[in-house]
Amino acid sequence: MAQIELRGIERVFTLGDSKVHALHELSVSIEAGEYVAIMGPSGSGKSTLLNLLGLLDRPNAGTYHLEGRDVTTLSPDEQAEVRSRRIGFVFQSFHLVPRLTAAENIALPLMLAGISPAERRSRVAKALKDFGLEQRAGHRPDELSGGQRQRVAIARATIMRPAMILADEPTGNLDRATGQDVTALLEGLNAGGVTLIVVTHDPVMGSRARRRLMMEDGMLMHDDGSPAVSSLQYD
Amino acid sequence: MTPADTLRFATRAAAGYPLRTALMVLAMSIGVAAVVVLTALGDGARRYVVNEFSALGSNLVIMLPGRTSTGGLSLGNLVTTTPRDLTVRDAEALLRAPDVKRIAPLSVGTAEVSYGGRLRETMAVGTGADYLDIRRFRMAQGQFLPREDLSRAGSSAVLGATLRDELFGAEPAVGRMIRIGDRRLRVIGVLERSGQGLGMNTDELIFVPVATAQAMFNSNTLFRVIVEARDRDALLPAKRQIEEIMRLRRDGELDVTLITQDAVLGTFDRILGALTLAVAGIAAISLAVAGILVMNVMLVAVTQRTGEIGLLKALGASGRSIRLVFLTEAALLSLAGALAGLGLGHAGAWGLRLAFPVLPAWPPDWAVFAGVGTALVTGILFGVMPARRAARLDPVQALAKR
Repeated sequence: MAQIELRGIERVFTLGDSKVHALHELSVSIEAGEYVAIMGPSGSGKSTLLNLLGLLDRPNAGTYHLEGRDVTTLSPDEQAEVRSRRIGFVFQSFHLVPRLTAAENIALPLMLAGISPAERRSRVAKALKDFGLEQRAGHRPDELSGGQRQRVAIARATIMRPAMILADEPTGNLDRATGQDVTALLEGLNAGGVTLIVVTHDPVMGSRARRRLMMEDGMLMHDDGSPAVSSLQYD
Repeated sequence: MTPADTLRFATRAAAGYPLRTALMVLAMSIGVAAVVVLTALGDGARRYVVNEFSALGSNLVIMLPGRTSTGGLSLGNLVTTTPRDLTVRDAEALLRAPDVKRIAPLSVGTAEVSYGGRLRETMAVGTGADYLDIRRFRMAQGQFLPREDLSRAGSSAVLGATLRDELFGAEPAVGRMIRIGDRRLRVIGVLERSGQGLGMNTDELIFVPVATAQAMFNSNTLFRVIVEARDRDALLPAKRQIEEIMRLRRDGELDVTLITQDAVLGTFDRILGALTLAVAGIAAISLAVAGILVMNVMLVAVTQRTGEIGLLKALGASGRSIRLVFLTEAALLSLAGALAGLGLGHAGAWGLRLAFPVLPAWPPDWAVFAGVGTALVTGILFGVMPARRAARLDPVQALAKR
């Protein structure tokens, strides 16, 4: 069974009197270790799809199986637990806590999961080293460059060793060179076996993904990665 | 999330907005300080009055002319409202009661006392020999008024310590003749310095035989009769016996009022205790206001940190963790406010004691606990709603808000 299995997903937002179908009859499977770019124009439902995948949002209809388990019916706290253990988020605007240092921001998921301070320290130290942030450990976000901030955010997303990373326009707030660094970093993680799902406008980044999901008006218009899936399956 | 982490996170959050936190702590501390200072004031007043009264001795009955309670409309009180004179004979008659130990009639007025070239206007108290023991005064020099027939207008006088100093300075006073009004009296004793006593400073008084005082003030009625019962338990029987004697002397009508120390003390104690409570209650209103402020501040904090709450949810924080973080922050603000207020309040009470040394302005223990307790409870209670709101935020919308 695929790592992610979406079947007949519907997501409807009510705006005043009118109903907006953000996602409509969406079915897709994603295998562990895939590198997927979700692309499409604004309002096509990319972010809604990513939020559903990250269990931040619930579909109005349809099922979501994550690693063989139906997660659509879980309680909010059970979903939080899944997010804590299995999912890492990377946001366009980094979403670092401004009053915490880089190291403390990276340690946040560990703290929320109730992991002991000693283990936290060693894991954060390793993450700081891996992401080249050792010199910046004690700095607060406003003392970091954009690229450094996103690296802190990625370190935070990976500190719980999740099965997948969901990135919403991770390079959107970065210049081209830093954007490429961050892309390379994410791809490196993917090479290590983590499923990487990226929402992006950027055709360059989209073209680097091994599979592209083209969205339009809440529907999946084009999925060019199915062969990759089959090849992975039989590897 | 472990409790230690929750506490640390909440502390950092509170410290992250110093101005907001400082204002909140200030509001809470003013509330607590108000409770502490006002109860210190109220309880200080209560203790002051109680101390003053206890200094008088506790087995005394005070008789004053006139009746405070009215017994409806009768021919008698239509014709005249003036009570009959309370005379020295009435006072002497009380000695017949078996439970009465001694009595001291009091006749009080102002008089001009002079010696040599010096003149003082002061209160003159006409009384008998037993007054010394009843009031537990001590003599510094000489002796108190002689034991003699109360209706004899003797020409001896006893001076309070301050009055003695003012009139005689370094000279010895005992044996000297002084002039009081148009009379010449011989000083036979000086009282030991005793300090304040129920508004009248004993050190500034002059004591003369009661008949002398009545002649000086041209009055037949006594101001008070102070009666000492044999002991505390004899207080009530003595009171009944006095009533009986006075009724007999007044053809069956009781036209005097009897006051016992206990009753006066109890009444004052109750009144001032209630006053302290009332004042504490008023001050507690400011704590409720501070509680609402905590809620407001925490609601603002939730709005301000919506993005952060969304992030925490995305990172796997449970609703409980988020509730606890915000509740802890509210509790911390209240606790800091309560402690600051306690310090402020004690400083205020100290200032009061410094400004009014006679007033024992110590906040009662219950008020301190009640103040701090109310601050904490209101802070936490009013923190629940914002905390729940934070925990219930939709993560997608919260994350979108930046």
